[in-house]
Order: sequence, then C-alpha cells, then structure tokens
Amino acid sequence: MAAILEMRGITKTFPGVTALDNVNLTVEDGEIHAIVGENGAGKSTLMKVLSGVHPAASYTGDIVFEQQVQSFQGIADSEQKGIIIIHQELALVPQLSIAENIFLGNEQAKNGFINWQMTFQKTQALLTKVGLTDAPDSLVLDIGVGKQQLVEIAKALSKNVKLLILDEPTASLNEKDSDALMELLLAFKKQGMSAILISHKLNEVRKVADTITVIRDGASVATLDCVKDGISEADIVKHMVGRAMEDRFPPKTAVVGETVFEVENWNVFHHLRQDRQVVKNANLSVKKGEVVGIAGLMGAGRTELAMSLFGKSYGRNISGRIKLKGKFQQFDTVNSAVKAGLAYVTEDRKNYGLVLIEDIAKNISLANLDGVAPNGIIDATKESSVAEQYRTDLNIKCSNIYQTTVNLSGGNQQKVVLSKWLFSNPDVLILDEPTRGIDVGAKFEIYSIIDQLAAQGKGVLMISSELPELLGMCDRIYVMNEGEIIGELSAEQASQEAIMSIIMKAGSRDHVDGIN
Amino acid sequence: MSMELTENAPSVAGKKPVANKSWKGNIREYGMLIALVVIMLFFQVLTDGVLLKPLNLTNLVLQNSYIIIMAIGMLLVIVAGHIDLSVGSVVGFIGALAAVLMVNLEWPIFPTVILCLATGGLIGAAQGYWVAYYRIPAFIVTLAGMLVFKGLTLALLNGKSVGPFPETFQRLSSGFIPDFFGAGGFHFTSFILGVGLILFLLLSGLFQRNKQIAHQMAVEPLIFFILKNGALSLSAGYILYLMSTYQGLPNVLIIMALLISAYTFFTNKSTVGRRIYAIGGNEKAAMLSGINTRRLTFLTFANMGVLAALAGLVFAARLNTATPKAGVAFELDVIAAVFIGGASMQGGVGKVTGAVVGALVMGVMNNGMSIMGLGIDWQQVIKGLVLLAAVIFDVYNKNKSA
Repeated sequence: MAAILEMRGITKTFPGVTALDNVNLTVEDGEIHAIVGENGAGKSTLMKVLSGVHPAASYTGDIVFEQQVQSFQGIADSEQKGIIIIHQELALVPQLSIAENIFLGNEQAKNGFINWQMTFQKTQALLTKVGLTDAPDSLVLDIGVGKQQLVEIAKALSKNVKLLILDEPTASLNEKDSDALMELLLAFKKQGMSAILISHKLNEVRKVADTITVIRDGASVATLDCVKDGISEADIVKHMVGRAMEDRFPPKTAVVGETVFEVENWNVFHHLRQDRQVVKNANLSVKKGEVVGIAGLMGAGRTELAMSLFGKSYGRNISGRIKLKGKFQQFDTVNSAVKAGLAYVTEDRKNYGLVLIEDIAKNISLANLDGVAPNGIIDATKESSVAEQYRTDLNIKCSNIYQTTVNLSGGNQQKVVLSKWLFSNPDVLILDEPTRGIDVGAKFEIYSIIDQLAAQGKGVLMISSELPELLGMCDRIYVMNEGEIIGELSAEQASQEAIMSIIMKAGSRDHVDGIN
Repeated sequence: MSMELTENAPSVAGKKPVANKSWKGNIREYGMLIALVVIMLFFQVLTDGVLLKPLNLTNLVLQNSYIIIMAIGMLLVIVAGHIDLSVGSVVGFIGALAAVLMVNLEWPIFPTVILCLATGGLIGAAQGYWVAYYRIPAFIVTLAGMLVFKGLTLALLNGKSVGPFPETFQRLSSGFIPDFFGAGGFHFTSFILGVGLILFLLLSGLFQRNKQIAHQMAVEPLIFFILKNGALSLSAGYILYLMSTYQGLPNVLIIMALLISAYTFFTNKSTVGRRIYAIGGNEKAAMLSGINTRRLTFLTFANMGVLAALAGLVFAARLNTATPKAGVAFELDVIAAVFIGGASMQGGVGKVTGAVVGALVMGVMNNGMSIMGLGIDWQQVIKGLVLLAAVIFDVYNKNKSA
C-alpha cells in the first residue's frame, strides 16, 4: 500500500502559542486512520491545516497528497482534490430538503436553473449508498441526528471524495446509529476509500481503525498499528494523557442512606405534539449518598423526564407525584424546584447551562443570586469569594474568576455549571450527560466531584449514553426506552450486555404498554 | 462549604491568582466618552465657540433630555434581547393625553402626570405581554404599537395642536432649580450641588477601585485612573461653572441625574438587573437557573413605557404644546444612542452610562451641525454614518480581542 496522504513536520503557531509542533501523519491508501487526543491537543488545528482553512503560507511543513506536494489556499482547493471534512457540528440547513442540502453550492443546474429531476435521481443513488431510505425531498429537520450524519456523508460522496475526514462523527449519536455509521465506514473501506476518524470514543476507534495516531500537546506522540499489535484502550489512554491511567473512576466513598427523592407515575407529553407521550408512567427513587443511573438510547425520553421533573421546564400535561425529603411537593416553576433542593445540570452546557458572554463568577451565582445578595443588592465581595471557593474546590482552570466562560475548555465549563448548582445547595442533583465532550483527564475530575457529592449525602441521578461511565459510577441503574422505565439493575447485576439486552428486548416487543 | 476533591488537583488556595483580563478592556468603555469630548471640541472650533456658550449648553441639555430618559429604558430592553420601536409614538400619545387632560379638561398637574405615567406603563405592559408570554417578536409587536399610538395621537388631538400648558407644567422642562443664595449673576446653589456631586462620584470611583484591587480584579494603572478622573471632573466642573453663570441647573437635568444614578445602580448591583443581563445573554440558561424570564421581560417593557411617558411629558412641556408630529422618529435616535453606547444587538451587553454618552454624542452633533447651519438632509447622512462607524468600531474591537 502506498500512502495517500503524508503530512510531514507540520508546525503551526498562533500569536503566543505553538498549536502544532512538528506533527507527522501518514495515511495509507484505503485505510481508516484514527486520530485521538485530549481536547485542545491540536487535532482540529491539524485538520484545518489539511483542509486549507489555514492556508499554505501560515504553517511550515509539507502536505503530500497522492504523491504531490499541495499548497491549499482554502477549503475549495482541498475539496477539489477529494479531501472532504465532515465537522462535528453538522453543516446542514435544517429547513432545506436532503437533496437541496447534498447539492448545496454544487447545484445540478444549467444556466442557473436547477434540474430537479437530475438532483433527485443523483440524491437517490447517493442515499442508497449510505443506506438511507428517506425520500430526497424530506426536510433535514424532520430526520434524526443519526440520519443527518449520513446525509453529510452522502454529500461528501457527491463530491468525489478520496479522503474522508470525520470529526467526532458519533458524539451526538446513540449506540445503534454509531454502530451503523462505523459499519458504513468499514464498507467504504472495502471499496477502497481512505478515511481519517477523529474520535473520543476509544472502543469505536479500536473497532474500525487500522492505524491510530495519538496527538498530545500539539505533537504526534505515537502511531499505533491496530492490525499487527493488539492495542488496548488502556494503551491508547496512556499515550493520550502521557501517563498510565489505571483507574478511570474514583473509589466510592459515599454511604447510602434513606430515600430522599421519589417519583411516582410520572407522565409527560411532547411540548408541541400533544398526542405524543414522551414519558410513560415513570417510577423511580434516589437515596441519600446514592448515584443512580439512567441508561437508554438517545430519544428514550431521559432528558424529557429530567427536565419535566425540574419545575416542568419541558413538556405539557405533566402528571404524577414528586416526593422530596419525605414530603410530596409540586414544582410548577424552575425556581420552586431549586428552592426545594433540586438541581439539574443540562446535557447542553453551551446552550442551556452557561451565559457564555458572562464571567465565571456571575455564572456561578446565577441560580442562587439571593445567596450573594442580601436585600436584592449584590455583594461583589461575597460573590467573588464564593467563586474563588468553587474555583479551588473543583479545580477550575482559569486565569481568574472574571474570565468569560466562552473561553474555557469543555471540562472547565462543566465545572462552572456544577459550581452553579452546588452553590444552590441542592439535596438531589440530576446530571444529564455530565461528561459529554470532555477529555479523559477532566472526566476523572468530574467523577470525583460526583463521588464527593454523594459522600456529602446528596442524591445523584445521572443520565448518560456512555455505558462504561454508568457502570463505573452508579449504585443502581434504571434502563429507559421509548419513554418507559423498563428495567432496574443493581451495580452487581449491571453490565453492558445486561443493559443492551433489556433495551433490545423492549425494542422487539413492539409497543406493548405497561410492563411495570 | 468545603470540599476535598481530587488528589491530583493542584491546590490553588493561598496562591494569588494573576489577573490577566487586561484592564485595557475598560478603555473601550471610555472610547465613546473620548469620542464625545473630541466631537465637542471639534464643534467648539467650527462654531467659533458657540457650542460651549452657557445658553447653548443649557439648550443642549433641554434638547436631549427626553432622548436620554428613553435611552435608559431602551438599554434595558436591548440588554434583554429585544427592541421597542413604539417609544416615539408613545411620546406623542402621552403628550396629547396630557394636553387633552390639562388644557381641554383643565385637570390639575399632579393627577395628570400620574395618570400619564401609568398609561405609559400600561402601554409598555400591553406590548411586553405579547413579547414575554406569547413570544411574538418585539420588532413586530412594537412596530404595531408604533402605528397604533401614532394613530391614537392624531385621534386624540383631532389632527390639531393643543396648548399652551399651565406655566407650572412648563417648568418641568424649561424651569431651573431655585438659587437660595439669591446673588444674581452666578447660581451658587447649582454650583455647590454640582461640585458635591462630582466629589461624590470621585470618591465612589476611588472606593470602587480599592474594592476591585481587594478582589484581585484587573484595574487600570493609578496614573491612568488619576488622569481619567481628573479630566472628567475638570470638564464636568467647567461645564457646571458655565451653566451656573447662566440660570443654573435645569430641573430636567436633576431628573435625568436621578434616573441615571438609579438605573446605573439597578443594572450594576441589583439581582433583578443581573437577571435581565442573564436573560439577554442566554435566555434558556437563565430560565433553567430558576429565573422568571417571562415576568422580567414583561416588566422591562412596562418600565420602558413609563420612561417613554415621562419623556413625552418633558417634550410636551418643552414645546408647550401637544402636536400630532411630536415624537416622530424619536425611536431611531434612542435606539441609535443605545448602540453607539456599546450595547449589543444580541442582548446581554450594554451600560446605562454608555447609552447616555451615546445620546450625548448624537445630541452634540445635532446641535453643532444646526449652529453651523448645515441642512437637516446632511445632518441625517452624517448621523447615520456615525452610528455605523461606532458599531463597526465595536465589532472590530471585539473580533480583535477574541
């Protein structure tokens, strides 16, 4: 096999920082090459260099594609050679159809008039290739995230792709869609296409990659051959963080006490479509010091359950009872839920968790402003000392507490959101995907914080799509599917296989109501 | 609370954090102030010194008082992420209402003023209701309000001007605070009041700076602080002196000063103010933090209505008559002032003092160009370009620092 792409000694500096330091990357023809590294290691910068976002003169080193040295001035140049990137944040226009999206900027037109028949025919052929059965004229906003990802790939195929680059393609996909996507990649590989896969999910990297390049602190520190050498996840992690990580989860220190939070017969309907029930008769409980997980595929209704419990911030026609600290309580507003001792850490910290244009201190005090403002007047001294306290306790890495949160890394942003909710002094915390998009080192810190919270006697309800994380952290796991809680496993009973088999069984059951 | 967390977390306790958020960020806030001074000096030269004549200075305050009053309310609306296009029409409508009540029906002043302010509040609330609780875009709701109240003004006045107002009411706008020293020529009461205010601001600035140092926040160097405050106090003092040689401080300037200080305090220090900024910064995050986003949005519009009504009264008192043309296009000046003052179209960013300086920039340009005899046509062109330039400058700065 010859190399389709060689990046030799790529060095890229921004004012004050060296983002890439003599990085080498060789992708063989027809292989799947994974790039792994912690957030901020330089993976995205490397891909921007490759695709011409950073033009040829702005870095040093050589890009050799198909045995020719390239000097891309922009994305158009690299796409013309057949290098196509699919970004983590999908670049689709939701209000347009699949066909319109696929040929956006590359319309099948003559003299400025679009040939719709040809557009639809070509779209149909591309959709067949990626295994999508939706009609070419369906709107992108009507199909799920998993399918949208496939549309992106179809779009790449329409451009005669030779090297496909996928940046965190499965970050927002559930396990089923992720598996399907990985299968598709393997199928393309058989047809001779080369691909670069950037991913945090080491299990899927191990499953599909032929070679893995590990990037740390802007340098390529290792190239691992998955085919010849048996590579374990621990090996990869070791290279990523530069040290061996024996324990991915902190030891449990919490003692489980009495029940603090109970939900009975909880029903929620979709906020727009009133006939669609998104949570069906859910019953659950959390004890003091207990970490309880909720597993399930994306769209199982976990976030809807959590947000509807949290002051009815989602859904309509909500019915059921909540018992907090031994008392039945009704929360009609978020404020009443917060005051009663409930906290909800959102899965989407940028859109629902932080005011990104504000600084750390102001974000931390937001859910409990009365705590820093006796009589409604904010005491700046109090506010900054509270922020300093959490900065120290949670090890928020920042230059100071007046830094705006938009500039923080994902892990530190999550710590700010956690600080905000800790300062509201809750008895029960609902954590929705608390480590999404966070690198390995910071994940461990978040887990430690969760463990500390439990040790203080707080009840924690943890929603996660990463089963290893639930298995590593939880005392008990509920399994949710299509709005129903369909199973409950103790830590001893729980395993990846046990959880998946419950979900699969429910899926084949074909909408039989009322299992519990 | 105290938590002992991860062992691998390096302890930062006891280590003084180094503030690297540059104090230079503050310069941007003074950028418009500097621009205002430059513009004033520019017109001072071009008008052969007419601009800073005591009479003209007083006029400048009177001419811009209603814009400044509304800019304060508009700032909150824009910070909350909305806009209010109806304020000009509300000014006209409230002026007409006051005229009908006081001139035609011969109501006494006090109940009229109260009723007018309450009506303004109701108008704001009625518009805010649709924006806050039904999520109708504010642009649409207040565009409708603009048409409705323009029409109602005409209906109320039957298309004619109504006036004059009782003399006591006129003093709201054209009156001056009394001089207790009675020495003709120089208005000692005004001067002493003004000097007291400047000293107060200086001291509170110093207090604030010391507090920021105590919090390890980034502060400007002492020399810059002294220069800035010295220059500000001296120019304020000089303007105060000039006005004292005329008739002293106008009543409406006192009203403005009170409003500016109250709203500055409200936006900087109160929890309600903070929450409005949070709503503009990220409404969903604010809502999920337990903030009643709808009610606050509603109240922000109601507040705008009250201030627009106050501006309507001031304007009517100044013209001494209510005309169907009153308030036309005022909303544009008010919105321009807020954006020149550094507020962000996206919401969440902006300062009361910025909006006031923005209004003064527009006001000085209006005044200066009028003295020079420049036609209204070219005045508009220049004002439009200044608005564009100010916002471009702002965006450019933001991109550079990002």
